[in-house]
Amino acid sequence: MSKIHVTTTVNGDEVEFLADPRETLLDCLRDKLGMTGSKEGCGTGDCGACSVTLDGTLVCSCLVLGVEADGKQVGTIEGVAEGGVLHPLQKKFIEHAALQCGFCTPGILVAAKALLEQNPNPTETEVRYWLAGNLCRCTGYDKIVRAVMDAAADLRGEAA
Amino acid sequence: MVAVNLWSSLTRFTDGARVVEIEATTVAEVLNGLVTAYPGLAPIIEGGVSVVIDGDVASGRHTPVAPENEVFLMQRLKGG
Amino acid sequence: MPKDELKELHLVGTRPDRPDGLDKVTGRARYGADISAPGMLWAAVVRSPHAHARILKIDSTKAEALDGVKAVVTRADFPTGLTGEDWNLQENTMAGEVALYDGHAVAAVAATSALIAQEAARLIEVDYEVLPHVTDVDDAIKPDAPAIRPGAADASVPEGMPPNVVRYIEFGHGDVAAGFDDADLVMEKSYKTEATHQGYIEPHACLGQLGEDGRGEMWVCTQGHWFIRRMCTAVLGIEAAQLRVTPSEIGGGFGGKTTIFMEPLSLALSRKAGGRPVKLVMSRSEVLRATGPTASASMDVKIGMKKDGSITAGRAEFRMQGGAFPDAPVDMALYCAFAGYKMPAVEHIGYDVLANRPKCAAYRAPGSPMGAFAVESLVDEMSRDLGLDPIDVRLKNAVVEGDRASYGPKFGSIGLVECLEAAKAHPNLQAPLGPNQGRGVACGYWFNHGGETSVSMAISEDGTAQVSIGTPDIGGLRASIALMTAETLGIPYEDVRVNVVETGALGVNEPTHGSRATFASGLGAVEAARQAIGEMCKRAANEWGIDAEAVEWVDGAAQPAGPNAGKFPPMTIAEIAGKMGSTGGPISGHHESVPEGVGASFGTHVVDVEVDPETGRTTILRYLVVQDAGRAIHPSYVEGQYQGGAAQGIGWALNEEYVYGEDGRLQNPIFLDYRVPVASDLPMIDTVIVEVPNPGHPYGVRGVGETGITPPLPAIANAIHAATGARMRHLPMTPAKVLAALKA
Ligand code: FES
Ligand code: FES
Repeated sequence: MSKIHVTTTVNGDEVEFLADPRETLLDCLRDKLGMTGSKEGCGTGDCGACSVTLDGTLVCSCLVLGVEADGKQVGTIEGVAEGGVLHPLQKKFIEHAALQCGFCTPGILVAAKALLEQNPNPTETEVRYWLAGNLCRCTGYDKIVRAVMDAAADLRGEAA
Repeated sequence: MVAVNLWSSLTRFTDGARVVEIEATTVAEVLNGLVTAYPGLAPIIEGGVSVVIDGDVASGRHTPVAPENEVFLMQRLKGG
Repeated sequence: MPKDELKELHLVGTRPDRPDGLDKVTGRARYGADISAPGMLWAAVVRSPHAHARILKIDSTKAEALDGVKAVVTRADFPTGLTGEDWNLQENTMAGEVALYDGHAVAAVAATSALIAQEAARLIEVDYEVLPHVTDVDDAIKPDAPAIRPGAADASVPEGMPPNVVRYIEFGHGDVAAGFDDADLVMEKSYKTEATHQGYIEPHACLGQLGEDGRGEMWVCTQGHWFIRRMCTAVLGIEAAQLRVTPSEIGGGFGGKTTIFMEPLSLALSRKAGGRPVKLVMSRSEVLRATGPTASASMDVKIGMKKDGSITAGRAEFRMQGGAFPDAPVDMALYCAFAGYKMPAVEHIGYDVLANRPKCAAYRAPGSPMGAFAVESLVDEMSRDLGLDPIDVRLKNAVVEGDRASYGPKFGSIGLVECLEAAKAHPNLQAPLGPNQGRGVACGYWFNHGGETSVSMAISEDGTAQVSIGTPDIGGLRASIALMTAETLGIPYEDVRVNVVETGALGVNEPTHGSRATFASGLGAVEAARQAIGEMCKRAANEWGIDAEAVEWVDGAAQPAGPNAGKFPPMTIAEIAGKMGSTGGPISGHHESVPEGVGASFGTHVVDVEVDPETGRTTILRYLVVQDAGRAIHPSYVEGQYQGGAAQGIGWALNEEYVYGEDGRLQNPIFLDYRVPVASDLPMIDTVIVEVPNPGHPYGVRGVGETGITPPLPAIANAIHAATGARMRHLPMTPAKVLAALKA
């Protein structure tokens, strides 16, 4: 099958690649751009490990075709820390031990960042429902939810 | 002599004995002694067993055993 | 170690940031599928759509004709003549004459892209003769069930057993009949649990390379890379030392990544493709169809109890299927079933049964959750019938150090009573319950495991230290090892770097399994550090011209031991290390052992649920885990193990199960239908770390990874009963099943 030339922006940098029309955005990020921070846990939109933003909207990159990213802004885990400075979510995840194996972590951080951008003061229930599409098998979510709430407080300028 | 406690379905191979006396000073001698005395146990022991001495799984064939120890043969213990 | 000595610790018991945290929150950490190599090929696997079928013919002509296809392998590419577990592993990696379960691999292909490989896999034509199958454990043990592997039974199986029974075990002590006669209440009930999957979010992935010379490399996500090396080389008939295996970061394992599934295929394909590296990544449905699940179980339990709650006798008869291969953990299930109770008389009978399902792999305390579900449910039922408090009944019968375990030997130091008392004192037990709400309690047990261990430590020129361990870090191990090493050396935590190294760099290590990594690699690191301290004391003594015995190590420095040794200012690790090149060369330490003194771990869980009488749906309101950690090196990661274990147990109790159709095919091989708990299903999970130090470890550690998955199954069943009066004896307790029980 002939390939399609895709020009897109990933974490603010313009990139180009040739995509087979059957390849997902996740495949393209990982295998063509070498950005392996986004993970594939299922390939069917059920685990959230592949979460990225597409023009600011949180999506499962395993359900988006690579060619659909043409002309769009893609945000991945590799862009969550800006200029080498960790995002408060990243700091709080380490501080709260909110990761064990860490495989779900990139997707959860991208998803949680999207949550806090539209709801800076979520309740525990809101955090749990927002993250219900991000599976974590290791932690039981307790420390993840605490880390997100604490990061939100931090971003609001409240001492936790 | 060391008294070795077997699990009860092994009594098929030991003429009904649940506890058997083996001349041994190490785990290896316990296992070899069991096979010599009761050849029917050979495939079970080769299949892998744990030897528990006074409540602790012996680390290897050279672990010493003495008559005052309480020795149990168990299925090989493993974990997830 | 005496308790007062533990108080002096500076680092052990603190909660510093984990050393690999930064890599893992930035996406830099590299997992199984995250690496590529020049000239790399991609592999895809052809799998049987039948539960049981003779393979008549495999035709790969069309696949091989496809542009970009570089190799196809079938069982014909593997050596013959393997026996025992090696044969089982080979047969499970790739079917020989018969496909034994839905998803069993029958061929594999490597091509220049993943898409071409998948296309080629579709073009491989396999002719099957479909055979009768059986997937349910109670059906599989029937005398007239289709015989899955005649001749697979081992010597433990007496003559005349049904054809799929491959292992048989019986053990116990005391006069069980007299015990039941002695009881005021005797009850016997049957229970069933379905197979569940470990459900790690990272699918199996590897990158393998093997030349015609039999030398190879592998990058793989695994709990134990020496196991991968041994199993791959056995299956392929190559020499162990010629395969160098490097562990990737690992996205969860829970026991499921202690063995091989498809790893040898990447090597076989590579060898056939002229040594080009081959990447093989499983899809989620391949993971669910063809890797790891745990066994399903059918269990009968009988208990005799006095009016005061004391247990007089018990009997357990368990049947478990672990797929088309022997090794269902029926023995472990029986060992753990009554482990928390003083049993004057007890009898256990176990059957390991074959069925047309994937080869079961270890899953967190393998077997223990099933046994606990049966026994802890029945103890609860009897306690309630006698009007007794379930915690008090457990305290009345609880084993303590020196008691004979239900499985034979006597217990060393254990902390069951401490757990029960801590649970009893917890504020959750005072929380008021509303309508349709109920509270359940249960205990769980796991032995823990020592295992082959090899650790190396080296002091750097600036006085910092590096530790090489062979147990992959799945949940904060590097942090725990660094804490113990730094504590022993008397240097800051940040001055220790812990590396998980490849098979070429250390002696054999068993995997991170059996809750052993912090215990065994930690013990190794402490011993290695002590060895280096001995050497550093010697170097200081030489410098001072005194006896090495006259030097002691305090707070990261050598100093004369007492006034008679001479008057010298302390010599720090940095000073000694800075000169080591001219005082005798590198300073390092090693430790190799199969450590004994593994401390067993008991836990007690308390759960509050609410059951919706309209839908039968169970909501977890409150959850408490109390467990003995011996000594928590990094308490946050101990809590994490407790919480994660509880969450997996909650999933097993309420939602998760392998569903097979009449056709023997797995009906729910994606996460949408195999539903693991999500964030909105759970409350916060409260934890209490009980610390009854393990005398077998320098810092008192007991393994904590496994016990936590065990109590949720019965605790939730007990809570549902308390809420509704319905006694659930078949997991999972789905809304439909609970609703049916409410209506009954
Ligand atoms: S990989 Fe995309 S949702 Fe699981
Ligand atoms: S930390 Fe392992 S899946 Fe979340």
